[in-house]
Amino acid sequence: MHINMKIALKYITVLVMLVGFVSCQKNSRPNYQYMPNMYEPVGYETYQESDAFANGVEAQLPAEGTIPRGDFMPYEIEDTNEGYEEAKANLKSPLDSIQVDYTEGKVLYDIYCGICHGTKGNGKGKLVEREKILGVPSYDDQGRAITTGSIYHVIYYGKNTMGSYANQLNENERWQVVAYVEKLKAELEK
Amino acid sequence: MKQVICQNLTSKILSLGFILLLTFSTSLNAQEGDPANGKSLFNANCAACHKLDAPMTGPALRNVEARLYDEEGLDREWLNAWIRNSNALIKSGDAYANKIYNEWNQTAMNAFPQLSDQDISDILAYTAVDPCELNPQSSPDCPGYIPPPQGDDQAGTGGISNNLILGALAVLFGLLAMALILVKRTLNRFAEAKGIEVIAETKRKPIWKAFVENQFLVLVTAIFFLLASGYFVYGYFMQVGVDQGYEPIQPIHYSHRIHAGDNGIDCKYCHSSARVSKHSGIPSLNICMNCHKSISQVAETTQQDGLKEFGVDYNAEIQKLYEAVGWDGTAYTGESKPVKWIRIHNLPDFAYFNHSQHVSVAGVECQTCHGPVEEMEIMYQHSPLTMGWCINCHRETNVKVKDNGYYTKIHEELSKKYGVEQLTAAQMGGLECGKCHY
Repeated sequence: MHINMKIALKYITVLVMLVGFVSCQKNSRPNYQYMPNMYEPVGYETYQESDAFANGVEAQLPAEGTIPRGDFMPYEIEDTNEGYEEAKANLKSPLDSIQVDYTEGKVLYDIYCGICHGTKGNGKGKLVEREKILGVPSYDDQGRAITTGSIYHVIYYGKNTMGSYANQLNENERWQVVAYVEKLKAELEK
Repeated sequence: MKQVICQNLTSKILSLGFILLLTFSTSLNAQEGDPANGKSLFNANCAACHKLDAPMTGPALRNVEARLYDEEGLDREWLNAWIRNSNALIKSGDAYANKIYNEWNQTAMNAFPQLSDQDISDILAYTAVDPCELNPQSSPDCPGYIPPPQGDDQAGTGGISNNLILGALAVLFGLLAMALILVKRTLNRFAEAKGIEVIAETKRKPIWKAFVENQFLVLVTAIFFLLASGYFVYGYFMQVGVDQGYEPIQPIHYSHRIHAGDNGIDCKYCHSSARVSKHSGIPSLNICMNCHKSISQVAETTQQDGLKEFGVDYNAEIQKLYEAVGWDGTAYTGESKPVKWIRIHNLPDFAYFNHSQHVSVAGVECQTCHGPVEEMEIMYQHSPLTMGWCINCHRETNVKVKDNGYYTKIHEELSKKYGVEQLTAAQMGGLECGKCHY
């Protein structure tokens, strides 16, 4: 009987150890590292918390009144009804016919616009078909009568339920998308 | 000449009469709107800015015609004029038009000249439908409303009861073992008392003694144990610093399965910086709001799935987003607070990796490294992200040279050098130390 107990005890110890090993693998926390001071950056990382700024976040908005380096042109027209009308009437694309790249425009359009506006621009994107987002107009809608300028203005600021895409597309990419939207519009109006 | 003018006049009068007749006939029909057609028209034209029961970009539209008539004394004619061209109505100095325009922060409503009288009466018929008639479950205010089963509580009790059952089973087995031992003891005692001799086991050489005396067996076992432990120790040391399978709980439960899988939103829609920069950034909340400005609740089936399968209240998670971004349902309050997302994929600081180089130049699919993200309810690290893993892919992957003028010359030269048709990333210098470590 004593021997029986001893054997049972051995099995239990092995079992407990196994359970212990297995339960150490926890996927909700990161693994150990060999030399964390080589893994972790010394400088600040973009999204980290830090006390360097008052709001405790490392990522900051650009200082007011500044522009980034490089060929950056600020967009002067304001986000108002008058601004919209002005853009619609007067704003023209800086791209000439050689610079317009419909292949690039299509790639970008399908990522950012097609999901609602539809890859053909008829307002029947996947989110609309699934009734997640409603009321997306076709580009040949008469009431809106979109123009080069109004397309750019709306990509830049958004309108009503549509949000701004100024941070997902840079200036050149926005104009490429505008050109592609105009192409879709022309095809719809055929 | 006179005759010609007269002819023109008569034809004009005729056509005018015809138009009058048409409008008259349609206004006769207009009394009866078709709510079913109205619904599809509403969804196509109005729903971008109006909901039936909640304010959005514009006011809620449930029973709008009756409300306008009761409260402002405005009839269908006013509504028609407003819908077809609200801007003209505002400019004409109409009092209520100007009032509502100013109330809604001077948001201009689009003009809908293409909607016929019949279309508008269909739409208005749809807005006038009593939601309880169609579906008594649509709102708790309906007379036939039956409250849905509390899925959240069910899931909670389910979890607890599982644990309880397991615990009870363990206790039961413990008791059983104890009982058996006790029974054996008492039986032995009885046997002793009755004078029955319990047959003792015949003394044999214990097995461990026999084992120890056999030196060959001891040697083999020792070697086996050494090798086995070496294997496990090696395995343990090799996984230090590797976070494959890392699956932290994020502050807002975001389902890639729903967004990228079911709804087919492109990865680069949200992670747009993967196209153009080193990092595939964590999307800022304004990108969430591109859609969630109008999607404040998930579909009822999705909500039930979430509660049952994953124990997540999706609607509550959307509310967390609104709180963080400072959105009160119709406008931004300006009081936002950062979401403390937990970073999953993290390379050590001594390794350089550039997303745009892989995504835009090489055209590698996101899933190649990140796995089936479109099926993940909770995001986890799919790949080990070790150096061996990088190197392996560089050895196996052919460089995409088609339509890439930049590579034409170097590709020709290197192909000649290696005598191959297709160059791998490794042959292009993808194994050089300084490419990733400097």
